[in-house]
Amino acid sequence: MNTQTTIAGVTFKNPVMTASGTFGSGMEYGEFVDLNQLGAVVTKGVANVPWPGNPTPRVAEVYGGMLNAIGLQNPGIDVFMERDIPFLKQYDTKIIVNVCGKTVEDYVDVVEKLGEEPAVSMLEINVSCPNVKEGAIAFGQKADALYNITQELKKHARQPIIMKLSPNVTDITEMAKAAEAAGADALSLINTITGMKIDIHRRKFAIANKTGGMSGPAIKPIAVRMVYQAAHAVKIPIIGMGGIANADDAIEFILAGASAVSVGAMNFVNPYTTVEIVRGIEAYMERYHVEKLTDLIGAVD
Amino acid sequence: MKQKTTAVVASQKEIAPQIYDMWITTDLAAAARPGQFVCVYPKDKSTLLPRPISICEVNADRTALRLVYRIAGQGTAEFSGYRAGDDIAILGTLGNGFLEAVGIDSLAGSMVQDDVEITADKMFSGKQVFLMGGGIGIPPMVQLAKTLYGLMSREAAAGGVPADGQDVKDRIRIIVGYRDAQTFLREDLEQYGKVYIATEDGSVGTKGNVMDAIAGNGLSADKIFACGPMPMLRAIKAYAGEKDIPAYISLEEHMACGVGACLGCVVKTREVDHHSHVHNARICTDGPVFEAKEVEI
Repeated sequence: MNTQTTIAGVTFKNPVMTASGTFGSGMEYGEFVDLNQLGAVVTKGVANVPWPGNPTPRVAEVYGGMLNAIGLQNPGIDVFMERDIPFLKQYDTKIIVNVCGKTVEDYVDVVEKLGEEPAVSMLEINVSCPNVKEGAIAFGQKADALYNITQELKKHARQPIIMKLSPNVTDITEMAKAAEAAGADALSLINTITGMKIDIHRRKFAIANKTGGMSGPAIKPIAVRMVYQAAHAVKIPIIGMGGIANADDAIEFILAGASAVSVGAMNFVNPYTTVEIVRGIEAYMERYHVEKLTDLIGAVD
Repeated sequence: MKQKTTAVVASQKEIAPQIYDMWITTDLAAAARPGQFVCVYPKDKSTLLPRPISICEVNADRTALRLVYRIAGQGTAEFSGYRAGDDIAILGTLGNGFLEAVGIDSLAGSMVQDDVEITADKMFSGKQVFLMGGGIGIPPMVQLAKTLYGLMSREAAAGGVPADGQDVKDRIRIIVGYRDAQTFLREDLEQYGKVYIATEDGSVGTKGNVMDAIAGNGLSADKIFACGPMPMLRAIKAYAGEKDIPAYISLEEHMACGVGACLGCVVKTREVDHHSHVHNARICTDGPVFEAKEVEI
């Protein structure tokens, strides 16, 4: 049985990754799971300088999921390269670094620094975080803006780039096509869906930022639909995510057209989710006599 | 080592309106420290996130944890329905703990009082300590009082002073604030220190809050440990600053992961935090206990 999957020339031992922002740089969850068993660790977003993030409360529970508005708190690329990359290099897993910024120059700065680190296999460009006021999603909700930043980053990036798409758009295929046309090597979707929760007893917003990004099992059908639509709109590979809780969910995304999958909010519910999905996918392949994982990609009638 | 595991409910009872006292049997008890917490997961899949609940007490052979909590929403309402023999999913043990915050490793000896290392300077020798709890911040004071009682008794003995239990109890001043006469955990606390009570309605002890109880009883301390609502912690921070007393406060915030990955539960810090490289520390991992002067609350 071959569980490998290849995206933009990078081969992963299996299709199971971590969704950016839910797994830090693996240090915390490394206490629970063997990081060597993961296809890749996708890190928390990193900017050119440290970002303090948003005020608290930053998280709230909603039916079948959660809202977050962390605001991309991160220690900045210099600390990240001195501390987080060496940590991850100890493991036999691919490293994908999520990159965030407020201006195109911010992104370019980070992308160029990461270009000097061959241990980083791919870059995931965060143009879809709904929780920061400038940058980020401003680049990810208009096709022309997405095209422009993608094209610019391709000039500077030494690793293949994955554009992480927002679901908070009218037509996901338009965004997917714009990224592809500008030279993106792959897409990842979906980022969180903008939501809101109000505490009716205190008459206050549950999250200080008022709105937050919704994730968790409740958003999965939306994510599966968008991955399917994007997969039929572009030829570049897709990393699917949004509410994946178990191997069944992961396979659903792969059948919808994803070449790999990421586990996000469910890490918080069950810290062993990622490795359980790796085992579960193998069991599924055995049960249905699937020899190569790649045979499952988009294999829905 | 942190792990998510299935524990078994040994007993549960309501000890005050909406306040539940649950003992659970779990291997995680072996590594628990006073002031740490566990994350408890509801079974209802519409409520996915874990509920952080402080450890109230550990049994003598370190095989069970006592959780005393208030029903605050759907998750805790579900927990309150658990009966002896039911499974309960927990992640733990989490956070630093009160004694770690003052530089004492209480992990090695954990909850067995005699095992907690005495520091070279006999930190508590001859000293008076405030243990301050407000409302549902009172439960973690039980194990802290128990551990401190053991530690301070040993320090007294090591200093040549006979280990007079009364002297130690007099120096552990437990100041607790309740809404009314429902003074849950009072008898537990009275085993290890002198308990001063404040009630909002004045039905027991000093009328008012824990600060009123300090003033009303003319109390002073060399060190403060506290857990309770934010207004109480702010008042303690101000009081400790004014009197120049080191105060260690246990903070609470909405959490998602409980292990330091999601950055949901941060508190603003005076200095740049060593991990985040911004003025934010993670309550779940760097805390929940912080020296009051180090955090902006």
